Amino acid sequence: MTVDGSGTGVARPGASVVAGRALELLDAPVTDATLRRYLEGIPGVDAVGLEQRAAGLATRSIKTTSKRLALDRVIELIDLTTLEGADTPGKVRSLVAKAITPDPSDPTCPRVAAVCVYGDLAAVAIDALGPFHAPRARAAGATGIAVAAVATAFPSGRASLAVKLADVADAVAAGADEIDMVIDRGAFLSGRYEQVFEEIRAVKEACRRPDGEDAHLKVILEVGELVTYDNARRASWLAVLAGADFIKTSTGKVASNATLPMTLLMLEVVRDWHRLTGEKVGVKPAGGIRTSKDAIRNLVTVAETAGEEWLQPALFRIGASSLLNDVLLQRQKARTGHYSGADYVTID
Amino acid sequence: MSFLDYAPAPESRAILSLRPSYGLFVDGEFVDGNGPAFTTISPATEEGLAEIATADDADVDRAVAAARKAYDRVWSKLSGSDRGKYLFRIARLVQERARELAVAETLNNGKPIKESRDVDIPLVAAWFFYYAGWADKLDHAGLGADPRPLGVAGQIIPWNFPLLMLAWKIAPALASGNTVVLKPAETTPLTALLFAEILQQADLPPGVVNIVTGAGATGRAVVRHPDVDKIAFTGSTAVGREIARATAGTRKRLTLELGGKAANIVFDDAPIDQAIEGVVNGIFYNQGHVCCAGSRLLVQENVHDDVVERLKQRLTTLRLGDPLDKNTDIGAVNSAAQLERIRELTAAGEEEGATRWSPPCVLPEAGFWFAPTIFTGVQTSSRIAREEIFGPVLSILTFRTPQEAIAKANNTPYGLSAGIWSDKGSRVLAVADGLRAGVVWTNTFNRFDPASPFGGYKESGYGREGGKQGLAAYLAPSGGIR
Amino acid sequence: MTRLAVPKTYKLYIGGRFPRSESGRTYEITGAGGVFLANAAQASRKDARDAVVAARSALTGWSGATAYNRGQVLYRIAELLEGRRAQFVDELVHTEGLAERRAVGVVDTAIDRWVWFAGWADKFAQVLGNGNPVAGPYFNLSVPEPTGVVAIIAPQAGEGHSLTGFVSAVAPALVSGNTVVVVASRSAPLPAISLSEVLATSDVPPGVVNVLTGSPAEIAPWLASHADVNAIDLVGAGDLDWVQLQVDAAETLKRVLQPEDGPGAPVPTLARISAFTETKTVWHTKGLL
Repeated sequence: MTVDGSGTGVARPGASVVAGRALELLDAPVTDATLRRYLEGIPGVDAVGLEQRAAGLATRSIKTTSKRLALDRVIELIDLTTLEGADTPGKVRSLVAKAITPDPSDPTCPRVAAVCVYGDLAAVAIDALGPFHAPRARAAGATGIAVAAVATAFPSGRASLAVKLADVADAVAAGADEIDMVIDRGAFLSGRYEQVFEEIRAVKEACRRPDGEDAHLKVILEVGELVTYDNARRASWLAVLAGADFIKTSTGKVASNATLPMTLLMLEVVRDWHRLTGEKVGVKPAGGIRTSKDAIRNLVTVAETAGEEWLQPALFRIGASSLLNDVLLQRQKARTGHYSGADYVTID
Repeated sequence: MSFLDYAPAPESRAILSLRPSYGLFVDGEFVDGNGPAFTTISPATEEGLAEIATADDADVDRAVAAARKAYDRVWSKLSGSDRGKYLFRIARLVQERARELAVAETLNNGKPIKESRDVDIPLVAAWFFYYAGWADKLDHAGLGADPRPLGVAGQIIPWNFPLLMLAWKIAPALASGNTVVLKPAETTPLTALLFAEILQQADLPPGVVNIVTGAGATGRAVVRHPDVDKIAFTGSTAVGREIARATAGTRKRLTLELGGKAANIVFDDAPIDQAIEGVVNGIFYNQGHVCCAGSRLLVQENVHDDVVERLKQRLTTLRLGDPLDKNTDIGAVNSAAQLERIRELTAAGEEEGATRWSPPCVLPEAGFWFAPTIFTGVQTSSRIAREEIFGPVLSILTFRTPQEAIAKANNTPYGLSAGIWSDKGSRVLAVADGLRAGVVWTNTFNRFDPASPFGGYKESGYGREGGKQGLAAYLAPSGGIR
Repeated sequence: MTRLAVPKTYKLYIGGRFPRSESGRTYEITGAGGVFLANAAQASRKDARDAVVAARSALTGWSGATAYNRGQVLYRIAELLEGRRAQFVDELVHTEGLAERRAVGVVDTAIDRWVWFAGWADKFAQVLGNGNPVAGPYFNLSVPEPTGVVAIIAPQAGEGHSLTGFVSAVAPALVSGNTVVVVASRSAPLPAISLSEVLATSDVPPGVVNVLTGSPAEIAPWLASHADVNAIDLVGAGDLDWVQLQVDAAETLKRVLQPEDGPGAPVPTLARISAFTETKTVWHTKGLL
C-alpha cells in the first residue's frame, strides 16, 4: 500500500477488486443476508465506554510547541467547505482564495487540503485554483489543493441510482479530485445492505477517469441519521468493504454531526481494517468542528487510535468552514504572544 | 517532531503553599507530636515536601480524649441538621480548594494530576455532600427509628487514595454523630493535614475530627485504645487480620476494607474497544494501586490473541512520567517499599513461566517507577494470579465457558470486585449473580460513587462504605442490637 | 401389663443423613434428677469437617433457589413442627425440665419464629437492598447475598434454649440462602436432633442444615479456624473461650456475631438476617446509542 505524494488520497483497489475481497471476507455472494451476517458479527459498541474514552482523549493538554504543530496540521487537514443553496461562483472563488492564502498576514501559514463544493461548482473551484489545483501543482512538484465535490443527491441521497451516478459523473467530468457521496440511509436502516454496498461500488466505478487519475471516494454515513453507534460502526464497515477511500461522518445538514465519539469509532474501524488487510482508509469528521480545541482533540484521537501516520491529508480530513478562522486566531496568538481579534482574519 | 510527543503541560504548583512542618491536629489545633518527626516526600522525585509529626501512645490518648469530650459535650447533642450543615460547609470548601488539594495529592502520592483533579477530589466533595444530607435523615437508614451513633471512631486509611479514603471514613462517621480520630498513611499525610485546615475554616467544633500522623505504631495505638468504640480500616488484608484479632472480644465495632485480586472477565461478544479501555483502566488506573483493581484478566480463549494484541497496542499510548503533567497516564509508585514488592512479584511471575511484556517506556531516574506490565500464559496457581501486587501489573488467564469464568474468578480468598464484559444482558446478570464479590462492574470498571456501597466478600473485609449501607457502619439501632 | 418402650437413638445430622460420630463416641443425656434419657453422638473435629463439606456443597443450590421457594421450604418446617408439637413438648419437659405448660409455650414460640423468618425470605432483599442514584449513566443495584457457610454455636442455657434458641439462631441464617453447621445444646440436644429429623423429611435440601451434638468447647475451635467457613455465630458461646474463637476467626476474616444471652436469646431481628449477608453492588452501563 502506497500513499501518493499529492496528499489527496490513498490508492485503493478498483471496484471489481473490492467486490472480490468482499466475497472473500463474507465467504458468500454479497447479499443483504450475507452482509447482515458479517456486519452483525462485528462486536458491538458500548456507548458509555466509547463516550468516556472520547472524553478522556479530550482532556489531553496540547500546549506550546505541540500546539503550534497541531494548529498548522489542522489547517493542512481541512476540507474548506461551502455547501449552501445560495452558493455562487463568486462565493466559491472567495473560498478558494481563502484556501490558498488562509492568513495574508503570515506567509508561513500552510494551505488547506481541499475545498469542498457542490458538483456544479467544481469547475469554478478548479478554475479559481489555477496552478494551485492539486493535479497541476503535483505536475510542478508541489502540493496543491484538491477539489472535492459532494454528489449522489447530497445531502439526502433520495434519488434514483441513475440520477446519483449522473451526479457523480458530472463532477468527475468537471475535474473533481474527490467525490463525497452520501449513503442511502433509508436503505441502511431498512436492512437493504446490499443496495448500500452496490451503490457505493457503482459510485466508485463512476469515479474512474480514463486518464487513470481516479477521483477518490469519501463515503458520508450521515451518522446523525443512523443515530446509534452500532449502526455507525456497521455502516463504516459496509462502506470500507464496498471500497470507500474515506469514511466521513456527516453532511453537516442534520442536527448531530461529527461528535468526537463518532470520529473515534470510525477511527477504530479503519485501524481494524488496516490490521485485517494492511490497507489504510481515511476518516473525515465533518460538521460541528468549529474551534481549534475541537480540532486538536480530533488530532489527539487520530494519533492515539489509528496512529500518528493517519495525521496526513491522505488519511484524515476535517470538513469545516468557520474552523479555519479560529485556528488562524490561535496561530496568531501563538506567533505574537497576544490575543487576536476577528477583524484580523479574513472572511471568505 | 512527533505530534505524540506532547510538549510538557505541567499543572502549576504555585496554587499550593505548604508549611515547612505539620503537627498533629488535636482538639481543633495543630500540636507537636511526641514521636520523631519525619519528612514526607514526592515519590516522583524523592524531594522532601514537609516535616510531619509522629503521634505516640500519649498523643493518640490525647486525640481520643479530645474526640470523647467533643462527642459527649458537643457533637452528640447537636441536631442532625446542624451536623449536616457542617458537612455541607466542608464539601463546599473542598470544592473551592479543589485544585490545591489535587496538586498536593499528586505531589505526595505520585498519582497523575488528571486523576486527582478529575476523580479523587471531585469524589471527596461528592462524599461530603452525600452524607451531609443523611445527617438529619438517619431514621430512614434502615436501622429503625432513632439509631444512635457509636461514639469515638478510630479510622486508619491507606496511601492509594489519601483524601478520598479520608472522605469515605469521615463523612459517614460525622453524619451519624460520631467523632473521629483518623490516622492517614505514613507516606501520604499531606492532604489530611490540609483537610484539617479546611475543618478550621469550616469552624467545626474542636475535637470532632482529630488527625494523628505516624506509622504502624500510631495505627496500633488507635486500634488498641480502650475508649475507641469503632475501628474502620482500609488497607492490606494482613493488617486487617491483625486488627480483627486485636479487637476480638471487645465491643469495638469493626469494618474492614482490605485487599483484592479482581477478575476482569472478557467474553467473546464483548464490546471489544470498550473492554480494552476497561481492562486498561482496571489495572493501570492509579498505577494499579487500587484494592479493587482488575488485576486478573480472564479472557475467553477464542479471543485471547486478539485481546492481547489490542491491549498491547493500547498500552503503547500510555504516557508514564511527571505526575503533575496533565497528559500523564501512569504516575509514580508510591514508595520504595511498594516498588520492591512489585518487582519481587513480577520476578516471581517470570520464574513461574509466564511471559512478561511492557511497552517501550523510559523511566525517570529519580523517584519510584514501574512500567505498565502484562503477563500472558499465567496459570491459576501462579503467585501473580493469587497475590495482590498493588501495581501496574496485569495477569492474563483464559477460560472457555461462563461457568469456568465464574469458577476462576471466585478461586481466590479475596472477593472485593469483578468486571464483566459482554453484550449479552442475561448472561451478564447471571455471571454477576455467580461472582463472590462486593462490587461487580459490567461493561465498565473502577467507578465510584458516594451513593453506591463498596466493600468485599471473604478476606476482602466486611462492612460497606458508601450509600445507605455505609451508615450502618457507624450506627446502632436504638433497640440495642449489636 | 405395660408395653416396653422403644428408645430412640440420637445421631448427628450431616448432609441429609444421620451418621454416628466417626469417632464412635457418645455421651449420656440425662434429664431432671439425673435420669438417663439417651446417648447422643459426641461429634469430633472430623464430623465438623464433614459437616462443613456438606454445607459447602449445598450452598449453590440453596442460595440459588428463588427467594419464594426458600420461604416456602422454611414455612413447611413450621407446618411439620406443628404436627409434632407433642414430641417437642415431651422432649423439653424431659431435657430442660420444663413444666408442660411452659414447654408448650416454648414450642409455640419456636414454630412462630420459623413462620416469621420464613416470611422474610422474599422480603429482606427489598428492605436491605436498593437502587443507587449514582452520578452517571449507570444502572446500579445493591442486593444482599448470603455470606456462605455459617457455623453456629447454638444457645446452651436458658428456658427453651434447646429449641427456640436453636431455631432463632439457625432460621435467620437460612433465610438469605446460607448453609449452616450448628452445634446444638450440649446439655439438651434432643430437640435439635428431633428438629433435624423434621428437616430431613421437609423440603430442605440435604446439607443446608447440619447438626452436631457433643462438646461445643471441643468443636467450636475447629469451626472458628476452618478456612471454608465464612461466618461464625457465637450466640451460645458465652461460656466458652469465645474471645479466642473470635481471634481464630480473624485468620480468614470470618464474620462474627458475639455471644448473646438473656431470656429468649437470640432475639429474632432483621439484623440477624443481615449479619450473614454480603451486599453486592452491580453497575451496568446505560446507553441509548
